[in-house]
Amino acid sequence: MTAVATPPQKRSLFGPDERKAIKDPLWDNNPIALQILGICSALAVTTRLDKALIMGLGVTFVCSLANVIISTIRTLIPNKIRIIVQLVVVSSVVIIFDQLLQAYMYDLSKQLSVFVGLIITNCIVMGRLEAYAMGNPPWRSFLDGIGNGLGYAWILAVVGAIREIFGSGKLLGMQVIPQGLYDAGYVNNGLMVLAPGAFLLLGIIVWIQRSISGYSEK
Amino acid sequence: MTAMLAFFNDESLGSVFLRSVFVENILLSFFLGMCSYLAVSKRVDSAIGLGIAVVFVQVLTVPMNWALQTYVLGKGALAWAGLPDTDLGYLQFLTFIASIAAVVQVVEMAVDKLSPKLYAALGIFLPLIAVNCAILGGSLFMYERKYDFTQAVVYGFGSGAGWALAIVSMATIRWRMRTAHVPAPLRGLGITFITTGLVAMAFMTFSGI
Repeated sequence: MTAVATPPQKRSLFGPDERKAIKDPLWDNNPIALQILGICSALAVTTRLDKALIMGLGVTFVCSLANVIISTIRTLIPNKIRIIVQLVVVSSVVIIFDQLLQAYMYDLSKQLSVFVGLIITNCIVMGRLEAYAMGNPPWRSFLDGIGNGLGYAWILAVVGAIREIFGSGKLLGMQVIPQGLYDAGYVNNGLMVLAPGAFLLLGIIVWIQRSISGYSEK
Repeated sequence: MTAMLAFFNDESLGSVFLRSVFVENILLSFFLGMCSYLAVSKRVDSAIGLGIAVVFVQVLTVPMNWALQTYVLGKGALAWAGLPDTDLGYLQFLTFIASIAAVVQVVEMAVDKLSPKLYAALGIFLPLIAVNCAILGGSLFMYERKYDFTQAVVYGFGSGAGWALAIVSMATIRWRMRTAHVPAPLRGLGITFITTGLVAMAFMTFSGI
């Protein structure tokens, strides 16, 4: 029996690991609902859908880019100062995003105010760097960053859409609740645009997500 | 009487303090520092420890970042060094986070050296604080609202105290809730959010002050 020379296993660009990296954080291991990360800024920017979308985009951008950079230099980083290195990389990426935002969407950048800067301390970004990028190659880390960013973004978008519809009757600035309803006595729910509304809403979304995914604490 | 009114007018230190503790509580109305808030509010004693540590670091970092902003980063801030046209504003995030990380490190070492007992109580919380968004948020709000130096000190203390107040009250509520029957998927994170919403609603009544 002659040994058949098997060609070297070619790793596909989207193997099972890669697909898992991008799919897991969207539902099964969602950063907000299950890992309890990144809630800090999730609530403040969700009074309107457009703010929530930009914030989701920002976190996806920062998370994927920082993941790639850290993963590329992961063997060079001394273990003791890795937090500082991570912070510097993350803040540099956030500065790029902030400057882009100020250049092309000045109004939105003014409304997001301090929360763009706070992406630096968003635990999703730091958490993924620490848990994934430090031990995985760049391409997979990039996908993991995208996945976690999107997992964060869709919850933000849902919260943002609900708060904007019920809080001001609009969606992306357009009136969606017909005038007829207001004439019939419907009023916007002011609680939705305030802080407590966001807490209650997120509590309920976590409840629904966990009822479906079957996860529960203790 | 006028002196007292002046103390509570819009720009005064008293109103900066009251606003930062109650009306614009950094946690309950700006949602900053949620991650450590959710993680550490399970027990009252650790909540108190983290609360004190946040006040401590906040009082140090907000004025320090004020000085950095005023004398190094702002537009024309380097005039004293003969560089009146330089604007290093784009380095703000990087500088703020670096100074926070440095302060936390120094505080940790100082506490370890000076009071081992306090270190034993605060020790594990101090490193957590470097990535607490309430700290960076405090400095960024200080810049955005253009506080002067004394206001920055008062704001640092007030926002830290407001955060500590929120986490300690939440920890006591969660302690009482241990025995309650909460539906399984709502347990933990979900019910904590809903209770926080109710606490935030209670704090909103302060906005009339």
